[in-house]
Amino acid sequence: MIKIGNIDFSYGNVPCLEKISLNLEEGKIYGLLGENGVGKTTLLTLLCGLKKVQAGRIEVDGFDPCKRDPEFLASQFYLPDEVAPVNARAEAFAKENGRFWPEFSFDKFIEIMTIFEMDPRQKMNAMSAGQLKKTWISFALACSTKNLYLDEPTNGLDIPSKAQFRKAIMGYTREDSIIVISTHQVKDLENIIDPIIILDKRDVLLNASVQEITEKLYFDYGTVLNPDSLYSEQVPGGFIQVYPNASGEESKINIEALFNTVHKHKETIKGIFSHE
Amino acid sequence: MEFDSNRPIYLQIADSICDRILQGELKAEDRIPSVREYGAQIGVNPNTVARTYETLTDRGVIYNKRGIGFFVTENAAQNIRKEAKEKFLKEDLPNFANKARLLDIDKDEIIRLLF
Repeated sequence: MIKIGNIDFSYGNVPCLEKISLNLEEGKIYGLLGENGVGKTTLLTLLCGLKKVQAGRIEVDGFDPCKRDPEFLASQFYLPDEVAPVNARAEAFAKENGRFWPEFSFDKFIEIMTIFEMDPRQKMNAMSAGQLKKTWISFALACSTKNLYLDEPTNGLDIPSKAQFRKAIMGYTREDSIIVISTHQVKDLENIIDPIIILDKRDVLLNASVQEITEKLYFDYGTVLNPDSLYSEQVPGGFIQVYPNASGEESKINIEALFNTVHKHKETIKGIFSHE
Repeated sequence: MEFDSNRPIYLQIADSICDRILQGELKAEDRIPSVREYGAQIGVNPNTVARTYETLTDRGVIYNKRGIGFFVTENAAQNIRKEAKEKFLKEDLPNFANKARLLDIDKDEIIRLLF
């Protein structure tokens, strides 16, 4: 369990996160969405202990991340958006560094590299950006940590690797894991992320499962505009519209439309999803 | 797996399992993959697959042997057909009739084309 209680973080005198509270549970793959600069990456680095909160408190499985207890660090992995082009063959790098994570499995690393059609003998500093990312993703998953934070993992991946990534993440993570994926590439991860968190400056606008979202909001792909629409967008063949789900009928979530709806009607949405 | 845009994904996955049962690809007492295995196969969150299995269990298509996994029920194909027939009579047929009326296609012509 991750408990984030009323935290603040600023860069010098530029505030980044203010009074953010959030709970994250085991066995879920959270999608962390938010506009540029709202602090998604900052939040992930706070969770894994790379930065220290300036107010409030974070507790990850009973640990305070910024104390960087070795036992805690061994159970976390944070994969940044930009990864290092290490001067080593992928397999040598994995063997050498996997030692820091007790659950690391070299066989798993090779299996995931195979899913990505990567050659583990290749030198990492001779790889393209996408190949390097796939190597690091393979390494991150092979570490089998309890908690896994991925910052924009599908950035730079080519078209076939996106499906391979979905396969790898579903097949090589633990059932008791908390996985948080920050992303702008919602189409790549649409069927993977659930619950969905939408972060805003100084606020968490939404933290809800896909089931709860589709119980409360209806995503209409028809041709007639509904007067109750909170958001509508013209697409070839009609509209995507989002309105409060009055009929109780189920629809398919569209994360882009959800994001835009939430941003346009922050208070309404918070009211609809409030648990008080 | 490709999904169409209108129906919730968990129901589309349920449809595809039902189709495989009707086509005889999956038979009574066959084991179906665990929630995680199936999620990995089709690239979908395990929670979504869990909802699929829940609705299929409620509809008498699969059942859970505790600790072993999910299996196709004895009457799965029968139950699916019964359900599909109800849906056909309640939704598809009236839509079809409406369209025929709208396009001025007469009864005899339709019967000739169908049989």
